[in-house]
Amino acid sequence: MSRRLGISLRFRREKSDLPEGESYYVATPRQLMWWKFRKHKLAVVALYVLGVMYLLALFAEFVSPYNPNVRHIRHLYAPSQKIHLYYEGRWHVQPAVYGLKFEIDPVTLREKYYEEKDKTYRLRLFCRGDQYRMWGLFESDIHLLGVEPGGTLFLLGTDRMGRDMLSRIIAGSRISLSIGFIGIILSFIIGLILGGISGYFGGTADLLIQRLIEVMRAFPAIPLWMGLSAALPMTWSPLKVYFAITVILSLLGWVGVARAIRGKFLALREEDFAVAAYLAGASRWRIIYKHLLPSFMSHIIVVLTLRIPHMIMGETALSYLGLGLRPPITSWGVLLKECQNVQDMAHHPWLLLPVLFIILVILSFNFVGDGLRDAADPYAA
Amino acid sequence: MINYIIRRIFYMIPTLIIISMISFAVIQLPPGDYLTTKIAQLQAQDELINVDLIEALREEYGLDQPIYVQYGKWVWNILHGDFGYSWEWQRPVEEVIGERILLTAIISFTAMFMIYLLAIPVGIFSATHKYSVADYLITIVAFVGLALPNFLLALLLLFIGYVVFDVSLVGLFSSEFANAPWSVAKVGDLLKHLWIPVIVVGTTSTAGRLRVMRGNLLDELNKPYVMAARAKGLSEVKLLLKYPVRMALNPLISGLSILLPQMISGATITAVVLGLPTTGPMLLGALRSQDVYLAGAFILLLCTLTVISTLLSDILLAWSDPRIQYE
Repeated sequence: MSRRLGISLRFRREKSDLPEGESYYVATPRQLMWWKFRKHKLAVVALYVLGVMYLLALFAEFVSPYNPNVRHIRHLYAPSQKIHLYYEGRWHVQPAVYGLKFEIDPVTLREKYYEEKDKTYRLRLFCRGDQYRMWGLFESDIHLLGVEPGGTLFLLGTDRMGRDMLSRIIAGSRISLSIGFIGIILSFIIGLILGGISGYFGGTADLLIQRLIEVMRAFPAIPLWMGLSAALPMTWSPLKVYFAITVILSLLGWVGVARAIRGKFLALREEDFAVAAYLAGASRWRIIYKHLLPSFMSHIIVVLTLRIPHMIMGETALSYLGLGLRPPITSWGVLLKECQNVQDMAHHPWLLLPVLFIILVILSFNFVGDGLRDAADPYAA
Repeated sequence: MINYIIRRIFYMIPTLIIISMISFAVIQLPPGDYLTTKIAQLQAQDELINVDLIEALREEYGLDQPIYVQYGKWVWNILHGDFGYSWEWQRPVEEVIGERILLTAIISFTAMFMIYLLAIPVGIFSATHKYSVADYLITIVAFVGLALPNFLLALLLLFIGYVVFDVSLVGLFSSEFANAPWSVAKVGDLLKHLWIPVIVVGTTSTAGRLRVMRGNLLDELNKPYVMAARAKGLSEVKLLLKYPVRMALNPLISGLSILLPQMISGATITAVVLGLPTTGPMLLGALRSQDVYLAGAFILLLCTLTVISTLLSDILLAWSDPRIQYE
């Protein structure tokens, strides 16, 4: 998509943005790509968003205020607590939350929560709380954010069993965000092998793989995913199920990648530099890995980035249907399983909050992919 | 052209064979078969077992025979219009699924219709008003639409409908029509409820097509032939619709073939969220209870539907773009 007008507009901006003088002409491709990517402001913002999300996922135990599986039985379906700077009659620097008072509504028999304005609990950084094992390596009970003893800190409310939603969303991000990554790596490996054979060697292999790709493309993804994941034995351990789901998602995910790789191989194998390498006596293996692959890797990265959201959506959908991951694993799809009927959602709207995180992540991946697409070809200015 | 169509139909045969194999493999994956679980269940509940029926069924579908024999029988029976027996519903599969496949097809095709009806004009507008406020608005909406998976949109719509407008968006028919035989009034009732699933299923793809339409049209609008036509004094509307739009439409037509699998996929999961009487909930139930012939028939039919639509879209593309060679 070369947008001529867009390019000319962009070119003018580029002049002012780019480093002055010779540095533009001596810059490495990597630098050029980064400069170009930087110009897509939304993509840069999205990259930061993703960075924060992945950091949260990495340090989940430390960042989340509670252990995501601990039930606060006195606070079932508690709404999200507000953070106050104005309490005890004046403004403070240290934020605080009010106590939560619980009552059963005599008419609807639903739980109702009130803020107890006379009880304030200050928030603390690096506060002691639930015990956890960081990455299964060392024990700690220090959490980034906590509250004075006696108080509760449910920033995004609690669920049916009184578990803190914020902690659960952070814990779920670890699964939901990693499944996209691992899935895309698997898709890339399958796609590279099949697309590479198909594109570089051609002939009968190409014909067969092409047919296979066509068939796979004709499959409606969700019914097939449903069928495959319904076949997973209920007795499998959560870790096994996690990897099985990843494999199932990549079973259809490789198709787009293979098509892109095949197209690139077809286009590049007749290029002068590839022919030159061949005439110089380079082996096929060497031509593919030393010459062809690096020259289109940037395009493939774009394709891969844009596929990750599909993987995340697939996991969420399967888990929502009850065919994917199951508790005790926490993923965003598993969290959304709580939203099975409208009444529940209407009375406890904070149960829908994982949706916002899913949308945020998917949007960010789309923007980053968009920015990478612009940056993939740094000389096309 | 006729030759091309015949060859394409011929190409469909291996595709269909592979699809039938994958469908069969999928339904055979779970360990054990329905009969063994069912018998154990009935025995546990001290219920009477119709031994003759079960033995007859076991015989008929060759559950005790090797897998390729089972596959052969399954395909052979389907070719003779017999999709097998739904253990759960105690009825032949074709009786159970007929109407549900029809409703799924109605939702999917209506959604496709809506996608093109919206994406093409809005895409044209967006491209001709590039970088205007409206274009930015459309772009933002399109990006959010792209990022919203179908079933999440369905969840949010349900939520908003219930909380803000106090209406329940669940279902495809009003209660008085749900089990009624087909009539004009029932069709009218269907149309009243159809728009919600259609919006849910169509939004993501509409957003995608809109972006494609905009991008392609922008490419075309910058080509010299447009300038030449403008210099010759062609009216702006005619200039736009007659040449660049037609060119920009091609990728959208060829994109038809992967649109239908997406629609059917989306319709399946949307139906579960919205509780529609279509394939989705029933397929889910069949998979959960290992009702293999029912699940297999669904997967097979949904896939076949998409293969046929791929063929139709290829023919449409060949017909609309004379430059395409019928190699």
